[in-house]
Amino acid sequence: MLRSWLWTRASALGKLFNTTAFKLTLVYLTVFALFAAFLLGYFAWNTRRLITEQITRTVDAEITGLSEQYNQGGIRRLVFIIDARARRPGSSLYLLTTFTGDGLAGNVGLLGEGVLEHSGWTETVYRRLDDAEGTEHHALVRVFQLPSGFRLLVGRDLEERERLYDVILAAGQWSIALVIVLGLAGGFFVARRVLHRVDAMTETSRTIMAGDLTGRLPTHGSEDELDRLAVNLNAMLERIEALMRGFKEVSDNIAHDLKTPLTRLRNRAEEALRTGRNEGDYRMALEGTIEESDELIRTFNALLMIARAESGQASTPMTDFDAAETVRGVGELYDPLADEKGIALRIEAPAPMPLRGNRELVTQALANLVDNAIKYARPNPGADGAPAEIVVRAVADGDRVRLAVLDRGPGIPTADRGHVVDRFVRLEQSRSEPGSGLGLSLTSAVAHLHGGELRLEDNEPGLKATLVLPRNGPELPQPSE
Amino acid sequence: MRLLIVEDDRDAADYIARAFREVGHVADQAPDGEEGLAFALDRQYDVLIVDRMLPKRDGLSVIGELRAKGIETPVLILSALGQVDDRVKGLRAGGDDYLPKPYSFSELLARVEALARRRGGRGEETVYRVSDLELDRLSHQVTRGKDEIVLQPREFRLLEYLMKHAGQVVTRTMLLENVWDYHFDPQTNVIDVHISRLRSKIDKGFSQPLLHTIRGAGYMIRDK
Repeated sequence: MLRSWLWTRASALGKLFNTTAFKLTLVYLTVFALFAAFLLGYFAWNTRRLITEQITRTVDAEITGLSEQYNQGGIRRLVFIIDARARRPGSSLYLLTTFTGDGLAGNVGLLGEGVLEHSGWTETVYRRLDDAEGTEHHALVRVFQLPSGFRLLVGRDLEERERLYDVILAAGQWSIALVIVLGLAGGFFVARRVLHRVDAMTETSRTIMAGDLTGRLPTHGSEDELDRLAVNLNAMLERIEALMRGFKEVSDNIAHDLKTPLTRLRNRAEEALRTGRNEGDYRMALEGTIEESDELIRTFNALLMIARAESGQASTPMTDFDAAETVRGVGELYDPLADEKGIALRIEAPAPMPLRGNRELVTQALANLVDNAIKYARPNPGADGAPAEIVVRAVADGDRVRLAVLDRGPGIPTADRGHVVDRFVRLEQSRSEPGSGLGLSLTSAVAHLHGGELRLEDNEPGLKATLVLPRNGPELPQPSE
Repeated sequence: MRLLIVEDDRDAADYIARAFREVGHVADQAPDGEEGLAFALDRQYDVLIVDRMLPKRDGLSVIGELRAKGIETPVLILSALGQVDDRVKGLRAGGDDYLPKPYSFSELLARVEALARRRGGRGEETVYRVSDLELDRLSHQVTRGKDEIVLQPREFRLLEYLMKHAGQVVTRTMLLENVWDYHFDPQTNVIDVHISRLRSKIDKGFSQPLLHTIRGAGYMIRDK
């Protein structure tokens, strides 16, 4: 029980230590600690040097003074003066000896070995005369050879210097310790905060990955970097969800509407197997099967085209072309068909009409409209027996180009105009006509791809279908913030 | 006719190869771009059928390499990317024809035969003849027997294309692409109406019809 608790705590801690925030903290901490240590070390070293310098200067001055006294008043006077000075309390040390090393005056009892033998500066241990049982101290001393063999030692106790040094060192250690503790705590805190939010995000994205696209990342409204990331990710999720919804709708439609022709295909083959008497029967059935599968392939191609057109303009090449020529071309392509059905196809595209877009797709979109019009046009609308007429018209309208197809057919009821552009939608009266129900979907998708629209209006009677396209092609999407 | 099929989908490649053999052609198969390139460099083919997306070496790069080495064998590109600019890219890379998947074998066969024929060199003749039908490409005159036939410009081009490929099946899509320069699939078979108009002009009143409908495939002009 305790073990598993410890284990989870330890792994949670490990996760915390593994965060970027915490690692950054560690790096900064090391840098700052090193810097502080360097600073304090420099400070301590300099202080020590300064104190040493001061000692040497005063000791030098004192030796100069004392040797002058000796020159003026001889050894007797020197003994007297040193005796007097040695009695004063303080950190000053004095010792005057004969050349054999016997003490004449001073306050130093014990000295390091061989100190007196050499002139100059030494750091040594010593014990004061008035403190014979006391502890040994450190001192900086100078031995000076007086004329006639006497030796003079003047020095200063170093305790003060060492104490100061210790104080600085201790302060240094404490401040570094403090820096480390505070830094670690800060890092810990920041890392925990960040980790907490990232964990929340991870949790949400996990549920999203598991298939629930409705989940959204938590935001705080604080507009910091994590919040902005979350907001952007949420926007992305929004888009993905919309796309997935569309995708699902489409695939449902496809599954449903392709089933029908596939079933027909299968039935035909089955029927041929059951009732076929000779090779001719089989051949006929097979030819029918091929025709039907061609129809299926066409439907697939149309679906692919729609998907391509809907997926955006990035991959669709746009060129400048003459829309009037496109209208005439489509008119020419469909003229015999209309003629055969007793329909007059009138093309009204006199002047050149530059348009930026995908010629192929615009042509196809227009062809679909003409195709529909021919399919539904009534050959004999009025009592006067005039032939039915379809007008294909190209009109420039400011910065837009309008390609309109007007017929006198049954039209589309107002209520249905919204959804006839959906895939596979076929109105009741058109069920008997051939067609996949994809023509208007494709036309509408092409219009949107070009930044335009497909307008379906009443031609009183009949249908007026208009492709409204911006003359200069689709506007590029503004880069969002 | 000797063909090379470079296609990584084994089933599809087997099916095409078998179908080509059944109609009397020789078909080799290569499963990836490297092998396809090696085959094409090593042997003489009449037409190469190259899938656009291949393992080891992209189809377009295979074609580019062949063209760079001066091999001008006609190439038909097969592709699942049936978009306008994909076709343009494929043709620019040195392909001669482009067929998006899914396709029917009759379409593929018709196009491959047209490609092989193009290489055969009928393209440069100035007068096409099928039986007693004559089309003069320079004077734009069409005659059947002793009668002159008056055709609209588009009808002339339609007949010209059919006669250029006399004896071969020409599909509706091929006609739409080559006569109208449209690369889409009209919902209604507008082409059929154009053909029947043309037929009424060249065959009506003659005992022997020349323009035949091949069921499930397309059309063909031939003398019997």
